[in-house]
Amino acid sequence: MSRKTTDALAETRLVGIARFWYDQMTGGDLPSISMPTRTKQNIAYDDESGVWKYGERESTRSAGSAKSALHILKMAYVIGFLKQQLRENRSSTLRELYYISEGWKRAKFAAQDESNLLIEDMEILTELSREAFHLRPEEDGASIYGPLKLREQTRRGEREIHCQEDVGEAGYPIPNNVENIEFLEHDAKFVIAIETGGMYARLMENGFDEEYGAVLVHLKGQPARSTRRALKRMNEDLGLPLVVFTDGDPWSYRIFGSIAYGSIKAAHMSELLATPGAQFVGVQPSDISDYDLPSDALTEGDIAALKAELTDPRFDTDYWKKQIGLQLQMKLKSEQQAFASRGLDFVTKEYLPTRLSEMGIL
Amino acid sequence: MVLAEDLAKQQRSISVAEFFEKNKHLLGFDSPTRGIITTIKEAVDNSLDACEEAQVLPDIYVSVTRLEKDVFRIVVEDNGPGIVPENVPFVFGKLLYGSRFHQIRQSRGQQGIGISAAVLYAQLTTGVPTKVISRTGARTPAHSFELMIKTETNEPDIRVHREIEWDRMHGTRVEIEFKATLAAKKRLLDYLRYTAVVNPHARIRGEIDGEPCTFERVSDEVPPCPKAIAPHPHGIEFGLLKRMAEASTAKLEEFLVEGFSRVGRKSAEEILGVAGLKGSRKASALSSQELKALLEAMQAVQVPPPPASQCLSPIGEELIVQGIEKEYPVDFIKARTRKSSVHSGHPFIVEAALGYGGKLPAEGQAQMLRFANRVPLLYQQGACAITNAVAGVNWKAYNLSQQGLPTGAVMVLVHVASTNVPFTSESKDAVAAIPEIEKEITLALQELGRELKTYLNRRDRSRQQEDRARAICSIIPDIAAKVSEIVEQPPVDTAPLEGRIMRRLVAKKRTLDGQVELSVHNYTAKPVSLSLSLLSPDAAQDAIPKPDFVDRVGDDYTKVWKCALDPEASWGARYTGGGGGTLDVRGVDDRVKVVVDLDV
Repeated sequence: MSRKTTDALAETRLVGIARFWYDQMTGGDLPSISMPTRTKQNIAYDDESGVWKYGERESTRSAGSAKSALHILKMAYVIGFLKQQLRENRSSTLRELYYISEGWKRAKFAAQDESNLLIEDMEILTELSREAFHLRPEEDGASIYGPLKLREQTRRGEREIHCQEDVGEAGYPIPNNVENIEFLEHDAKFVIAIETGGMYARLMENGFDEEYGAVLVHLKGQPARSTRRALKRMNEDLGLPLVVFTDGDPWSYRIFGSIAYGSIKAAHMSELLATPGAQFVGVQPSDISDYDLPSDALTEGDIAALKAELTDPRFDTDYWKKQIGLQLQMKLKSEQQAFASRGLDFVTKEYLPTRLSEMGIL
Repeated sequence: MVLAEDLAKQQRSISVAEFFEKNKHLLGFDSPTRGIITTIKEAVDNSLDACEEAQVLPDIYVSVTRLEKDVFRIVVEDNGPGIVPENVPFVFGKLLYGSRFHQIRQSRGQQGIGISAAVLYAQLTTGVPTKVISRTGARTPAHSFELMIKTETNEPDIRVHREIEWDRMHGTRVEIEFKATLAAKKRLLDYLRYTAVVNPHARIRGEIDGEPCTFERVSDEVPPCPKAIAPHPHGIEFGLLKRMAEASTAKLEEFLVEGFSRVGRKSAEEILGVAGLKGSRKASALSSQELKALLEAMQAVQVPPPPASQCLSPIGEELIVQGIEKEYPVDFIKARTRKSSVHSGHPFIVEAALGYGGKLPAEGQAQMLRFANRVPLLYQQGACAITNAVAGVNWKAYNLSQQGLPTGAVMVLVHVASTNVPFTSESKDAVAAIPEIEKEITLALQELGRELKTYLNRRDRSRQQEDRARAICSIIPDIAAKVSEIVEQPPVDTAPLEGRIMRRLVAKKRTLDGQVELSVHNYTAKPVSLSLSLLSPDAAQDAIPKPDFVDRVGDDYTKVWKCALDPEASWGARYTGGGGGTLDVRGVDDRVKVVVDLDV
């Protein structure tokens, strides 16, 4: 689709929401919005796409209370603003939107969280991503290092970049809009997504990418949408298997969950962002005992998070039930860099090759 | 044997004064901070009790003056009946001397230790004698004393005694100097305020370290003075029974009927039957064994509870409410006085009050006001049965949050009145955990909790309605304007929507470009006539239509329009001005009207 047609579609859908309200009010009804409820109880596995999406549960918010009426008023202002932005072919960041609302009197946002959530609501209502509204996130994407050549459409023209030869040690930074990237050629066997910068640097220093044909992707914690989209595209467009290597604690399993199954907050985008075939490398709770890794005791928060995962439909598999159960029993967690206790080469010479052959990647 | 003889030389009796010199904590003088509060508390308690006995409206003056860095002079003066000069040295200069100890009725002070303990404390810390002035009436002169206590013998040591001129017709003034600190000044002020709350008939003036404060009286009725009653057979101990029997000249049956509350012929016969004693015997002739049997029988036989109405003096629901309202501005206040009940033969009455909202702090635990026989309890809140009972109530059932005590803008007042309030210690800081008392407190609080819940529900409902009205009459028009602009269509008229949903009379005020617009729509099914009044800084001289009435109030103007509206009809007015102010509609029931200020 050309940019013009996508812009026209976005405008039509946005104005459609306003028209719905206009008709409600001329018909003597209160304006309202219906949305799927955004909780873990309301995400369901979609057989067709293999990802987790919002289920059937919907909540309707009508302007019968001051709070809901204000919410709809704010949404109306945002729609008005986006409509104009699309027409003028401008773009803005989520943060800028928050500041623009300063001039909207009662419709101004109290905090940026509020405007971010509202934009997610609009994505759900229009079934479009925020990029279609010319809205950019503030968050910077993570970086890629490996035998991969791509072309990026930048504001200053096209750039062809090889993610080993043309980049520094920091790697190639993933842009906000991954649709501007075209993959040209590669010499890789798989993609490995890594949670921490320390482990990403360790693999690079040890030449893991060259030795095994790995594309290293640094997640920088909970991955941004652009990072997840890039992983999804490498998996789908290039047919490369994706493995995820994180710390061994409940928060890291959630990182894996959002990559493989989709996140609860953005389940409406799961089809674009989730990589259903992604596999979890570790650190697995069983690794902690098998490799006798230095570990810390689980905190109360950790235990609560693990228990919450046991009721999360995304983790309802034998593998996760066993691993989480084991961890709750041991009451221990380890970071990925704990492998250093067995020497700096252990992770690239022993752990990863063994584990990846086990998983059928190597 | 030598050792025993040596020891014998050291063995001697201990005077009470010496005992208390070494055990100051028993009386509330354990720290210099507490000394001031305890002294004032004892003196004020005495003053209030004396005024009650004389049926005088108490006028009490309290002052604390710093003389040196850590030496304070405390003055408490009242307009009570005064003390006859012969008794003054004993009241202030002898521990355990009092008029109320032997009587069975509610009173603030009981043991007669309090004020003389302060005299002793002064003597121990500064060595300065206590000055007392007392006058019993207009026709008698005032007597001035300077007193100390002979600690070895617990007898008063009169340093000075003379007649003087005094401007009060009757009353007592005591001046004590001792070492202390005023670190607990806030607690002292709390004490005075709490005292004012439960003694709304008293006027208390204070001058605390140069800071004046006054707690005015709100009731001109002196509470009736509780009358002493005879002991109840369930509340008596062996020692007292023995003394009473020895002093009696009556036959056993008369002794029981006349000497005890609620014992009639029938109960007396039953008691004697159980004890196996003949009613014709002389009470004074009973042996210890027989007295013991009698005591057991007295406690075993069912006897009606002691009469509480004469010997107890509850504050009363109305006066508690008045007392709280004058010191604490609250949105909700209810008080409950329970019927009298009995613990171990002692009658007691529980009173409680629950306040909500107003200026009470919205965060943190509820403010607790504990009282025993109209005396505020300031220390050991955690150890007190009152606190336990309050924490034991499920406040969540009454729409309050709770962490032990209820939390939020709540105050809880509990008053336990009894002929014998069971305290956990002699310093009388906390009520002991007696199940009967805790149960009464719980029941009183539950009744109040239900009333609070009704109030909160009603308030929430009206808030919800206001919220809805605000959404519909004020935010929907904004949504309509913005949405119409987006879809590029003529503006939606939200009036029908408003009318359908509100079914009320809606009055609005809006200020746009220096023009103030007022509008009234009658969405009800009936014709209404009303007056619309707006208090704001605008004179509204160019108003169309002209107000029916304009009044200047300071810098503001009250403008009043009258109008009559049929169902579906509307009315409007406009004028040049800056807006602001408050709009009010009169003549229409609150339930069917909505006033919306679109400028807020």
